[in-house]
Amino acid sequence: MCTLEKRGDLFLLTLTGDDEHRFHPDTIASVLSLLQQAKSQSTKGSVLITTGHGKFFSNGFDLAWAQSAGSGAIERMHQMVKSFKTVIAALLDLPMPTIAALNGHAAASGLMFALSHDYVFMRKDRGVLYMSELDIGLPVPDYFSELVVAKVGSGIARRELLLSGKKLKGEEAVALGIVDSAAHDSAAGVVEETVNLGERLAAKKWNGEVYVSIRKSLYPELCRMLNLTGNNLASHNL
Amino acid sequence: MCTLEKRGDLFLLTLTGDGEHRFHPDTIATILSLLDQAKSQSKRGSVLITTGHGKFFSNGFDLAWAQTAGSKTGAANRLHQMVESFKPVVAALLDLPMPTIAALNGHAAAAGLILALSHDYVFMRKDRGVLYMSEVDIGLSMPEYFSALVRAKIGTSAARRELLLSGKKIRGEEAVGLGIVDAAGYDSAESVVEATVRLGEKLAAKKWSGEVYASIRKSLYPELCGILGVEARVFATPKL
Repeated sequence: MCTLEKRGDLFLLTLTGDDEHRFHPDTIASVLSLLQQAKSQSTKGSVLITTGHGKFFSNGFDLAWAQSAGSGAIERMHQMVKSFKTVIAALLDLPMPTIAALNGHAAASGLMFALSHDYVFMRKDRGVLYMSELDIGLPVPDYFSELVVAKVGSGIARRELLLSGKKLKGEEAVALGIVDSAAHDSAAGVVEETVNLGERLAAKKWNGEVYVSIRKSLYPELCRMLNLTGNNLASHNL
Repeated sequence: MCTLEKRGDLFLLTLTGDGEHRFHPDTIATILSLLDQAKSQSKRGSVLITTGHGKFFSNGFDLAWAQTAGSKTGAANRLHQMVESFKPVVAALLDLPMPTIAALNGHAAAAGLILALSHDYVFMRKDRGVLYMSEVDIGLSMPEYFSALVRAKIGTSAARRELLLSGKKIRGEEAVGLGIVDAAGYDSAESVVEATVRLGEKLAAKKWSGEVYASIRKSLYPELCGILGVEARVFATPKL
């Protein structure tokens, strides 16, 4: 389902298997537990890179699991929306730089998972960003919209992301300011580029507490919604 | 003054006549009533396109009407009345259960520009027509919801400054460059409308639920919705 490896300073979180890596309560619990593990093992210079195997980074919540409950479907949706909030909070609260290396498609909560990282890299040739909610007829959770508002500056870009039903390819995602780069024609190329970035960031040997407090200060509304308090006063090397 | 027609899935709201289409309490009430009408007739796939006739989309509030009040206090009261009554128009557009597109036939200034920006998509002409927030030149302060709308819709502080604090008359190409409008590649009012109709038809073909669309739109602007008293959380039944 998902694994966490250490490569020098880099934590590599991988959504394994060739499926759609949909977020089911069990996946959500696993991802959360691995993020907590990374947090407890973090040191100066730690960096997280998140990627996946196969055609999908993640295609969102496990709607089939929700539907299999019949009349309990809405309740299951609410459960996933609520528990996924803790994953977003854990990423925002992680005391190290975070980089998403999109091997493939990122849709709905899968896209939110990607956007919760400090840097997002995707492929040029394959893979789209897609907020499927409008086409499916699902309302968007408030913290999803808040994340988009926090991370994506232009009103036009936010609209293209949430209100157009478009499947955004790499080049357009870069132009809209949603992702950092879409320069590679393979998943391996994307991961390599994120590892290079990760190693450059790790070499700075930043204090993770300071990094996380500055990151959270950029997103006060989002943090408030996620019940993340701001101030971790860390000792500075003045 | 203004009309509402239906063309298939598209609602066409037009500010008619060759004048400046300034917002007077009567115009404001009419626009509000037509938006209510579109809302009540909306179904899956509905889209609104707003445009005007002549050289102006709208040149803002009817300041001449305010001044005919005779006294300074009288004028200030009338202006205040227009500012307050226009707020529900912006709210109605934010709340409208369908995609909204502004097709600028000409100049959009002050409240006229705010009307345009209250739409999901804004198209303007390349050859004629400017965007102009005249308040700083006239010496009028900005209503809170005007600034909130600009902050909600326009991402960079440089673009916000150019719009609100420069007194510039921004032409099509620059407006696209600043991320204020979507497109300005058109050399006539007809071709702007045609482009918006094409976009409208593409959006209509998606047959989206208007309730879901409006709820996602409003979730992008929580602060603005708060100021306008627009209910942001609408729960729709998903087709799981």
